[in-house]
Amino acid sequence: MNSGLPRTLEQYRRAVRAHELSAEEYLDETRRLIERDEPQVRAFLHLRLDAAHSDAQAADPTSPLAGAPIAIKDNIMMAGERCTCGSRILEHYVAPYSATVVQSLLAAGAVVPGKTNCDEFAMGSSTENSAFFPTHNPADLIRVPGGSSGGSTAAVAAGFALGAIGSDTGGSVRQPAAFCGVVGFKPTYGRVSRYGLVAFGSSLDCIGPIARSVRDTAIMMNVMAVHDPKDATSVRRPHVDFEASLQPTLAGRRVGIIRELQGLDVQPEIAAAMEAACEAALKSGASLVDVSLPHILSALPAYYIIAPAECSANLGRFDGVRYGLHEGGRDMTETYSRTRNAGFGTEVKRRILIGAFVLSAGYYDAYYKKASSVRQLITDELDAALESADVLLTPTTPTTAFRIGAVTDPLEMYKADVFTIPANLAGVPAVSFPAGKDAAGLPIGLQLMGPRWSDAELLSSANVLFTALGGES
Amino acid sequence: MTTTIGLEIHVQLATRTKMFCGCSTAFEDEPNTHVCPVCLGLPGALPTLNAEAVRLATRIATALGCTVHEVSEFSRKNYFYPDLPKSYQITQFDRPIATGGSVPIVTERGTRSVRLTRAHIEEDAGKSMHAADITLGGETLVDFNRCGMPLIEIVTEPDMQSGDEAYEFLHNLRRLVRWLGVSSGDMEKGAMRCDVNVSVSPDPAKRGTKVEIKNLNSFRSVKRAIDYEEQRQAQCLADGTPVLTETRHFDEVQGTTTAMRSKEASNDYRYFPEPDLPLLQLDPTELESLRTHMPELPWEMQSRFERDLGLLPYDAALITEERSTAEFFQQTVALCDNPKKVASYMGTEVAKLLNERGKTLTETQLTPTTLAGLLTMVEHNAISNTASKDVLPLLMDTGTTPMEAVRSLGLEQVSDTSAIEGFAREVIAENATQVEQFRGGKEAVLGFLVGQLMKKSKCKANPKLTGEILRTLLKS
Repeated sequence: MNSGLPRTLEQYRRAVRAHELSAEEYLDETRRLIERDEPQVRAFLHLRLDAAHSDAQAADPTSPLAGAPIAIKDNIMMAGERCTCGSRILEHYVAPYSATVVQSLLAAGAVVPGKTNCDEFAMGSSTENSAFFPTHNPADLIRVPGGSSGGSTAAVAAGFALGAIGSDTGGSVRQPAAFCGVVGFKPTYGRVSRYGLVAFGSSLDCIGPIARSVRDTAIMMNVMAVHDPKDATSVRRPHVDFEASLQPTLAGRRVGIIRELQGLDVQPEIAAAMEAACEAALKSGASLVDVSLPHILSALPAYYIIAPAECSANLGRFDGVRYGLHEGGRDMTETYSRTRNAGFGTEVKRRILIGAFVLSAGYYDAYYKKASSVRQLITDELDAALESADVLLTPTTPTTAFRIGAVTDPLEMYKADVFTIPANLAGVPAVSFPAGKDAAGLPIGLQLMGPRWSDAELLSSANVLFTALGGES
Repeated sequence: MTTTIGLEIHVQLATRTKMFCGCSTAFEDEPNTHVCPVCLGLPGALPTLNAEAVRLATRIATALGCTVHEVSEFSRKNYFYPDLPKSYQITQFDRPIATGGSVPIVTERGTRSVRLTRAHIEEDAGKSMHAADITLGGETLVDFNRCGMPLIEIVTEPDMQSGDEAYEFLHNLRRLVRWLGVSSGDMEKGAMRCDVNVSVSPDPAKRGTKVEIKNLNSFRSVKRAIDYEEQRQAQCLADGTPVLTETRHFDEVQGTTTAMRSKEASNDYRYFPEPDLPLLQLDPTELESLRTHMPELPWEMQSRFERDLGLLPYDAALITEERSTAEFFQQTVALCDNPKKVASYMGTEVAKLLNERGKTLTETQLTPTTLAGLLTMVEHNAISNTASKDVLPLLMDTGTTPMEAVRSLGLEQVSDTSAIEGFAREVIAENATQVEQFRGGKEAVLGFLVGQLMKKSKCKANPKLTGEILRTLLKS
């Protein structure tokens, strides 16, 4: 990227407000980058650069986002734009309305360059499950960007946008953020409206910001964290200025390390990054505490029952009757069957089948009900741990980005979610921030989790560690 | 043979907007005009609960004597059908808003109580119109205006034993929902729908095989379907052919039931808690206030009228069919203290005119004041009962007062003895034969002579006075 240009949303906003840069000029630069690098990265499913150009011209430089390009994951509605969810079944679907969060971003002066690639219906950890094409990691084009919000994190990492939004059901914002070397934040469940996000696991889904610095995600949260009467799970909270809440140190903060996760097989450089983060925390005035969550390793199996169960219901509506792909059959049942068989990819089908199975009569108690109990247990344990610690520090992923095509066993893929899933089950906020690189120069991400509704404090802690480890303040 | 019947009734709650979105609940508008991303189940849309629907559901459940739960839960009921756009219905399953309760019914076996199992709130599906219903060239069209309409489903215990009892139950339930303003209860418009479970057993101590009947569009259909099914199952038992646990479809035209395809009947709905809606929490103080402010229920009022006012059961039932009628009655009685007369007059003359006009009481100009005025005039012999029937239409249609109406019709009753005596002398002079007969001991002739006098007076003569005066003059 041109060295004279702002690298972060915060720098951009300052430059625009000082009239050193206009939204239009910045978008033109962004456009040049996209035209040059997008053929290799493939972050976007649809670009709208001409429309974005007009939007940038019209952008108010004094607005909170001042015409900054913000990319949107293609499972979030933006009126008049296609919304495919990375699926054949919605290949030509045009959003008839905008998600609440998109409305908020646009009202705050965001300019949308395009809709980003993702694993089909957000099911995956590599963006390889997109029905259209895989996205490549800008840090190393032969590697995956992570997923499912891999298009959004790649776009931010490649300079195609200053920020992006993704959805996080089991780590889909944090894991690709770690792989791409950007910040990804999953807010407390209920903090950001889900209205207009195509549901995968409704009780787990969160929309979160992706940016190049923790401060930038705070700036975005100031716009996104709005109570929405259209989402019954959206919670009305006192106003918080996320950016102004960023503190310079961790003085008095207790950073918890989860005992049960210590034995897990983690790439050595990631373990080293954990050490470095602990040292940085101590140096910044924090204390380290050892916490125990006896059932945390059951989070993964519980998640892979609850999320598919919810998705099996949520994806039932794609039946070829009213919109989307339609493959006619001799009767209703055959039409459903043909449409869904042609429209859904392997991973989506697998999860729908698992979900229908675990909810079916005779299996409900053994699977769904038990998983819900385990979820409650883990939630209680996390809540308790977050009484003795203010934040919990873990790696975001066990490894850095893997090569495209390298992981073919779905269970291997699922296992990589071990660190990110507990926050979704418990509904607590969690953020992944870059913490150096591995021997191959691939980004490493670390995760902080905090108590429910401590979003601003959590971002503040993450910002301290992120900057201490070399990140942009 | 013992027949055991349980009912599942869907009552549409009379809200302005749908259960989970702001779309109108207006009925019979152009298809697919009251729809939005939420009720169409478009990707990304989310439900939000209509507080008014909850209020109405709570109200009816309280009136039915249910235990209304402070915490209840919504669930998803999953199945594929073109009129179900989300592929699941939001309903309540494990934790309904209400359990228990009962409805009293008067039957041949005496007054009985039909117990309720539960009541839960849910959304309606869209309406499929198949080629059989309309000329569509074999296609099925779907109207989503109905999709998302708020319903309460009430499930009874198997406490009824005949079609008549089921009819009586439904009638009483409809009376209650209308009484409380919870629903129009109109079965023809689908505001009340009913599925029936019937089983017939030769042994009163054992229950037979449960058969479900669907497609019942009127109270009469419910009764006919049960009557038919009772016979069919009894015949099966007599023939030794097994009665199958199945869902049967009622054929309105034939008056028979036929088995539905087993596919349609056996579904695993894969219920699970609806993650898009938090637990439904009701305020205990509001629940208590609802209980204490519950108006007197129609059947309570009915027995009070029989007991305290001495009304005939028929009149008491009629008066308490609609709350507005009952209120009208009570206000009238407050002005003219003759409840039996008011009730019988409302049940006969008023009802007849309303019927002719196709109107309800509140749609006419008649008020408790004018009706009470009219009945008081009759009681005080200011007009005859017969003449009052000519006055009533004016009160209903023009809203005039009874005094004015009587005057304008020239119907004031003549109670002036000298005027009646004048007519009597004429009648005696003109009917010598009959006068002779009377004087000879044939008392019955008096009626004829009274009739003659009435004719002369254009029916204005007070009939009681007329009889007395004639008798005196004839005997003198």
